[in-house]
Amino acid sequence: MGALRRWYGAPVSHLLLMAGSFALAAYAGVRLLGGDPVGVAVWFVGAVVLHDLVLVPAYTLADRGWQAVAGLLVGAGRGGHGGARARGTRGTRGEHGDRARIRLVNHVRVPAVLSALLFAVYFPLILGPSDAYLSKSGLPGHPFAGRWLLLCALLFAASAVVGAVRYARGAVADRSG
Amino acid sequence: MDEGSDHPGGPGSGGAPGPGGPGSGGAEGPPPKRWRALLRDGPAFGPTRPGFWRSPVRGRWTTSVLGAVLLVGLTVVTVTGLLSYAAYNPDLTPVNDKTPDKGLLGFYLFPWPTDPHWLYRLTQGLHVTLGIVLVPVLLAKLWSVAPLFFTWPPVRSVAHALERVSLLLLVGGALFVFATGVLNVQLEYVFPGSFYVLHFYGSWVFLAGLAVHLGTKVPVMVRTLRAGPADAPVPGPGRPAGADLGEPPGLRTPNPAPATLSRGGVLGLVGLGSLTLFAVTVGQSIGGPLRATALLAPRGRASGEGPNDFPVNTTASRAGVGAGETGEDWRLTVRGGGREAVLTRQELLALPQHRAALPIACVEGWSTRDQEWSGVRLSDLADLVGAAAPVWVLVESVQRTGSFTSAGLHAGQVADPRSLLALRVNGADLSLDHGYPARVIVPAAPGVHNTKWVGRLTFEDA
Repeated sequence: MGALRRWYGAPVSHLLLMAGSFALAAYAGVRLLGGDPVGVAVWFVGAVVLHDLVLVPAYTLADRGWQAVAGLLVGAGRGGHGGARARGTRGTRGEHGDRARIRLVNHVRVPAVLSALLFAVYFPLILGPSDAYLSKSGLPGHPFAGRWLLLCALLFAASAVVGAVRYARGAVADRSG
Repeated sequence: MDEGSDHPGGPGSGGAPGPGGPGSGGAEGPPPKRWRALLRDGPAFGPTRPGFWRSPVRGRWTTSVLGAVLLVGLTVVTVTGLLSYAAYNPDLTPVNDKTPDKGLLGFYLFPWPTDPHWLYRLTQGLHVTLGIVLVPVLLAKLWSVAPLFFTWPPVRSVAHALERVSLLLLVGGALFVFATGVLNVQLEYVFPGSFYVLHFYGSWVFLAGLAVHLGTKVPVMVRTLRAGPADAPVPGPGRPAGADLGEPPGLRTPNPAPATLSRGGVLGLVGLGSLTLFAVTVGQSIGGPLRATALLAPRGRASGEGPNDFPVNTTASRAGVGAGETGEDWRLTVRGGGREAVLTRQELLALPQHRAALPIACVEGWSTRDQEWSGVRLSDLADLVGAAAPVWVLVESVQRTGSFTSAGLHAGQVADPRSLLALRVNGADLSLDHGYPARVIVPAAPGVHNTKWVGRLTFEDA
């Protein structure tokens, strides 16, 4: 038993759980692959590859890119005091710069994430419903792209309003403080 | 796997040097030593390095909260999904069964009830709406554990290797099942095969992966949630997260970037995403004036005010049904008990008419409020040919193409006094799109089992 555990690397109960899981996966998997094995396998593995190696890097890069741009924008907006943003200089101006940058980052990030989520779920309708949709539902035209763009505009506008109110409040607090 | 708790690489590899410091001294040694170092520590930079992942928000707490939400949500989605499978009564007759090879996976099937009459509206509305609402949670959960996908060494033991394979079932299964579901409700039939086959068996593969995941991770999740977020100090905006003494490396980055969102902020953003999707979706399952609020959902569009103005799954033109099949020459054939009756629509209207207020509820998640149907009871039609209860019925449409041109209803469904061969709805004759001259309407049955343009009913002893 101890030897088995050392070779396997986990308790025997773990091995039993694995065996049960793989038995179920094999039983269902044979049936899943029954029709178009290559197509299903491509979809199954492709979904993981697409998510881990395309989607995650893409949104990470977009986010980091935007953070860099926001830093430049805030720096420029402060008339060359951008250096004060740098980490380590914890002066008043630096903290303010940091806070302004983070606010700018998030007031764009939040509506962008929400818009992207709506697109991620409803992109088939947004990009133009399928022939099956049009003929089965009998509903005319495709309003979805316009509606999505409208929702994006509303989300960004709402975020901008909240951001403006916060900014104004912050300015008042600074002056009275 | 208890992330990082049995990391064998020694202090040099787990504790991740910052950028530019590839760690263990082996890197400068002669080639064999360098190779050994590469094997042990992985590439000097890239996603296999814990320091590569910089979000200070990742950590056990974040992952555990998202995991707990998914655990509850996916339980509801799974149960309602399995119920929907049972609602088709696949064991009754081959025409109901889209997955005849199901074998043991149909172990739990039971005759789908007719009470409450809104049952399928509820279960399937929940299944689809909650599934869509969980998309942001699923994506956030995968984001929160992304460093583990690239963990080094890729395989630490036999147990670890098996876990990684089961992780493919889990992640691949989740993405596959969500993708097929989300595409199907938008009638975007691009997936490789029948939706029923792919979604049903795909779900079981996913559940197999999930079983391992729950078996190995639930204890960690419960411990983390019990300990609370205080165990690991929350990084505030602008402040890098401090060293987290309570957490082994793995999820928590050793090289945190300055925080721009707190953990609460990230969880709030995920919740806001779910709420936004809910807001543009749920109206299609509520119907009435709220249908129009489902701005992006496939069936969120308001119909007119007329008696037949509620959503249609499949139009007559799509089904290839026209005046030729449904005009003066249309007849209903009723068989059973060794007899046969052939009726015109006028003859049907001369039989005792009954009313039932019942919804249409589609597997795609949308549904209508109760509509006022009137027509002949299925049980009266069985009596007409002398088919003594209990009988089940095979309903066949005059529709030639498409799926679900026929459906079987079990004895309980036939016997329910609200189960009608409907001729009229909301005080008017059925429109052609809603199944003129006659359609079936059964309480709590999935929409496609309310066969339209009915041509023949065959009652069989149950």
